[in-house]
Amino acid sequence: MEKRKTRDAFGDEILELGKENPDIYVIDIDIGKSCKTTEFKKQLPDQYVNVGIAEQNGCGVAAGLATTGKIPFVATYAVFGSMRMAEQIRQMVCYPHLNVKIACSHGGLTPADDGATHQGVEDMGVMRSLPGMTVIMPADYYATRKLVRAAAKYEGPVYLRFTRDDVPVIYSEDEEFEIGKAKKILEGKDISIIANGDTVAIAMEAAQSLAAEGISVKLFDMHTIKPIDKEAVMECINETGKIITVEDHSIFNGLGSAVSEIVAEAGRGVVRRIGINDKFGQSAPYHRLLEIYGITKENIINYAKELLK
Amino acid sequence: MNDFTINELKEKAKELRKTALTMIHEARSGHPGGAFSAAELISVLYFKELRIDPQNPKWEDRDRFVLSKGHVCPILYSALIHRGYLPYETIHRLRKEGSPFQGHPDMKKCPGLDISSGSLGQGLSVAVGMALGGKRDKKDYRVFALVGDGECQEGQIWEAAETAAKYKLDNLVVFVDDNGLQCDGPCSEIMPNRDIAAKFREFGFNTFTIDGHKVEEIVAVLDMIRGRKDGIPTCVVMKTVKGKGVSYMENVAEWHGKAPNDAEFELAMAELEGGRQ
Repeated sequence: MEKRKTRDAFGDEILELGKENPDIYVIDIDIGKSCKTTEFKKQLPDQYVNVGIAEQNGCGVAAGLATTGKIPFVATYAVFGSMRMAEQIRQMVCYPHLNVKIACSHGGLTPADDGATHQGVEDMGVMRSLPGMTVIMPADYYATRKLVRAAAKYEGPVYLRFTRDDVPVIYSEDEEFEIGKAKKILEGKDISIIANGDTVAIAMEAAQSLAAEGISVKLFDMHTIKPIDKEAVMECINETGKIITVEDHSIFNGLGSAVSEIVAEAGRGVVRRIGINDKFGQSAPYHRLLEIYGITKENIINYAKELLK
Repeated sequence: MNDFTINELKEKAKELRKTALTMIHEARSGHPGGAFSAAELISVLYFKELRIDPQNPKWEDRDRFVLSKGHVCPILYSALIHRGYLPYETIHRLRKEGSPFQGHPDMKKCPGLDISSGSLGQGLSVAVGMALGGKRDKKDYRVFALVGDGECQEGQIWEAAETAAKYKLDNLVVFVDDNGLQCDGPCSEIMPNRDIAAKFREFGFNTFTIDGHKVEEIVAVLDMIRGRKDGIPTCVVMKTVKGKGVSYMENVAEWHGKAPNDAEFELAMAELEGGRQ
């Protein structure tokens, strides 16, 4: 299976968007190389700003630019973009509902060898709490390109989360994506899996194994956790009643929580959340971290069997 | 730009103080101290210097004003009323439900505000973004920001300052309201600011230090820097008195964020009318 990095997709798409529209800006915070904005800087210097290692200021500058009609994408790591500048995003972006995009690479445990300080596993939860913020994590290269484009077109604050490593390409180049509309990857009747980001590919493997054992899985890629696709979750509740959520994120306040809220309000259905359970990350190869924190195909299969008992 | 005389601008500052205090008194809460230390600046900006059109608050080529020390917004709201952005009756709406005059500025609710503000330390970065946007668009509008001396304790102020210098934002003017007091007491005790003008100079600004209650001095410095194209942002440190114009408020930290009772209000209005200097 072909594998590509979602952060590369961001770099490629933002460059294209920038060439099409001179109002598209990139605000770098000294990690442009990692966030893949180097080409943008080189080709579109008049639409490029680097504020140095000063996230809070970077967010404010982006807000100011947005008031003049620019569409700034602030590029940094998820851990800094969601937390070092959380209050700036709240006060200067979300409160006035300005057209600023926070585009973060290295989401979840993916900066694996860097250890806990660089692994943003709470970011989507923090961002989901902010009024008017849209929160997106695409699953592969093409999904990222389409959703970055959709975010640029959407008028208002958006938090986008990409990752460090190559991930399997699961969509075709011409697949269309809409903010807030989940992608149904598999139709099934026994159990539902809702995943996002890099874990969608893991969920697909689990579904394949379950299918081999005669268990039919409905699988959604919930690339937008806010606004969440309530209809998709209701379909899971109504048609399977049993849902497993999978995310490379804390099980608090992210995808698992968002799905659970809908299930609780529906008053029926059962959820099992796979993700990081109130822990910090650590240094290890990424595949080992997924094992350590239980974000694995095996765990999905075990939960599915337990729920179907 | 309007042709108000120095004396008229002084009268306007007096009017702004009275309007602001009336609002704060009626709201039973607000921040008179820092509002009064900034009154002359707001008068000069809104009645003389700013290129604005109250009929067209979102005019693309307007000058921008960022009230980074957002808690002193009653003085800005007063200017917006007196310039006709909002009807005079809005004076009764400060901090009321559904009001354009929120406790801290909300650009979505109030015409004439270029940004929402109130969380200290963040406005200068936004002003830098506005000024940078203007430069890149080759527009000739300017951006004015007002920050407090206590607010300069926020690290983000200095991140913004170095960005202004890096991007050669000679269309940016930062005023520091150096009234020497913050919420908990004198800045010199809470967290000494050292020499604010020297700090901005080191961060790459043209700096001026003036008496922020002398309209002549504010006008003179603005006349001096208007049209400058030297690639250097400007910082004007205004030596001011917190609570200026009301005897019992002057230099009293307690009046940072407190509304006067009825008796105090009457006394303050009489003193302001009398033009206590």
